[in-house]
Amino acid sequence: MLKAFENGADGVMVMGCLEGNCHFVNGNFRARARLARVSRILETIGIGAERIRMFNLSAGEGARFAAFVSEFAAEVQQLGPSPINVARQEAAKIPTGEIRV
Amino acid sequence: MKSGSNLEKVLAAGHFSVTAECGPPRGADPDVVRRKAALVKGNVDACNVTDNQTSVVRMSSTAGCMLIKEEGIEPLLQMVVRDRNRIALQSDILGASALGIRNILCLSGDHQKFGDDPQAKNVFDIDSMQLIHMVRTMRDEGVFPSGNKLDGAPQFFIGCAVNPFADPFEIRVPRLKMKIEAGADFVQTQCIYNMDKFKTYLDLAKKEGLHDKVKILAGVTPLKSAGMAKFMKKMVAGMDIPDAVIKRIADEPKERQAAKGIEMCIEQIQELKGMEGIAGIHVMAIEWEEKLSEIIGGAGLLPRPLVE
Amino acid sequence: MITGTPKPIEEILQMLEPYDTIILAGCYGCVTVCRVGGEKEVEILASTIRLAREASGRKIAIREVCLERQCDPEYIETMRPYVEDYQAVLSIACGAGIQFLAEKYMLTPLLPGINTGFLGVTERQGEWAERCQGCGDCVLHLTGGICPVTRCAKSLFHGPCGGSSKGICEVGKDVPCGWQMIIDRLKSLNQMDNYSKLKPYKGWNTSRDGGPRRIVREDMI
Repeated sequence: MLKAFENGADGVMVMGCLEGNCHFVNGNFRARARLARVSRILETIGIGAERIRMFNLSAGEGARFAAFVSEFAAEVQQLGPSPINVARQEAAKIPTGEIRV
Repeated sequence: MKSGSNLEKVLAAGHFSVTAECGPPRGADPDVVRRKAALVKGNVDACNVTDNQTSVVRMSSTAGCMLIKEEGIEPLLQMVVRDRNRIALQSDILGASALGIRNILCLSGDHQKFGDDPQAKNVFDIDSMQLIHMVRTMRDEGVFPSGNKLDGAPQFFIGCAVNPFADPFEIRVPRLKMKIEAGADFVQTQCIYNMDKFKTYLDLAKKEGLHDKVKILAGVTPLKSAGMAKFMKKMVAGMDIPDAVIKRIADEPKERQAAKGIEMCIEQIQELKGMEGIAGIHVMAIEWEEKLSEIIGGAGLLPRPLVE
Repeated sequence: MITGTPKPIEEILQMLEPYDTIILAGCYGCVTVCRVGGEKEVEILASTIRLAREASGRKIAIREVCLERQCDPEYIETMRPYVEDYQAVLSIACGAGIQFLAEKYMLTPLLPGINTGFLGVTERQGEWAERCQGCGDCVLHLTGGICPVTRCAKSLFHGPCGGSSKGICEVGKDVPCGWQMIIDRLKSLNQMDNYSKLKPYKGWNTSRDGGPRRIVREDMI
């Protein structure tokens, strides 16, 4: 999850199965707990906890998936580029580009 | 006589003895101790001076003992193993005896977590059982625990504390027995409110003949209010206050609760006095020393006997 | 195993302030098992540091390594070819491993990335608890396999004290009374005789109180 931010993501969505419906029994609960840890790290280092979020849905819910993506992408658009990307853009002296989720 | 202390003499003469306690101040002002001493004087055979109770820093117990001794009260030095290793304990035992303190109560001490300095290192080099043994060895054998000879043995009437209400109940009497084997001459109990449980404890102790080997002083604390009773029940580990006791004081209007607490304490002392195996009482009137003469006098235990 | 907890990231970043190139060294021993200093934790911490530093406008280069054990010289030696190419080593092994690295690489500053905890066990996934203080004079055969030095908050040898209530220690509602456990165990083993014996004062000289300890096994040298 942190690697995604290092690779330039402005926001990260983690998709898990519906709670209670995971093939790996409690894999999605563990993912949620680990995501909570990452979001604390992001908050501490000034990137912001709101840039990462967990979503639960089943494999058959294409429309729901699309809705989640649009919703989160819009939120991240509002937040603007992550401080990492801001720093990189400043370093490279290039104008603010597109938001990456 | 093992120590020649007044408390030892009073008990040896077969009198029902009375002790109280005096918490030293949170500061260096000796007059605080002297004022408390004036309230204690004449009401007791010896007065405990606590050793940083609940790990809250106070004037040292030895200093407090000397201050009340100057006021004409026989001191009883409380000593906990929480703050001192065996080197400091031995040294303080010698020093206290040299200053004429003749009674000692050997305790483990509340964990430092409860006090001013929860970050302090806890010592617990030896435990309270071993402290009893240490004082006894020094007194009776004239040697340090290391085996080296003492240049003058300390003289102490050795006490220990028991809490008949802590868990597990079944080891409470065996543990008292061990303390007696380690060298305890007398025992002061945790404050008693649950008389039924205390009687069960005492019966078990008597079955082992322990009341013949050690002087048992039953601990009592007058309740100032229903609020205090509820607080103690909830917050103090190993404190057993039955609901019926709380109800009795809570049924009184607020302004009458203190008087009721004293009345209940006197009743309790009278009941304890009539029980075989109880050699005296230990009245812990916490920051309420001004009521000692009312309580002890009310129980018919004044004036205190003079024994030579 | 030896357990530990991560140091707060703010504290680590402050330690790293003077440096721009570091080695972040994990350990595949105890700290991997208790999930505080293994390969995965190296990756997470390295990412975190890089992100934080880059966001603050000053990048840092991190070489991520994980040694088999930081407490054995042969594994520490594997870092020798490159260690002096970096300004500092941040280690997330236990205090023993960090110190051993420090004494083998005298010219490189060593920084601790974790706070080393205690000798303990995994009670369940994600939860570790202390069992041993390494006092150097084991009495578990007398105490039903439960250590009074470690499990009693006052390290009493004749417990429990008056602060034991319904199996719980006075220091906290989540702390079981060590002596209640000892007694329960002795009863079930029919060994209560052990309880009622006076025990000699413990010799703490075999513990850390006797000074730093060393074990020499002639047959192994």
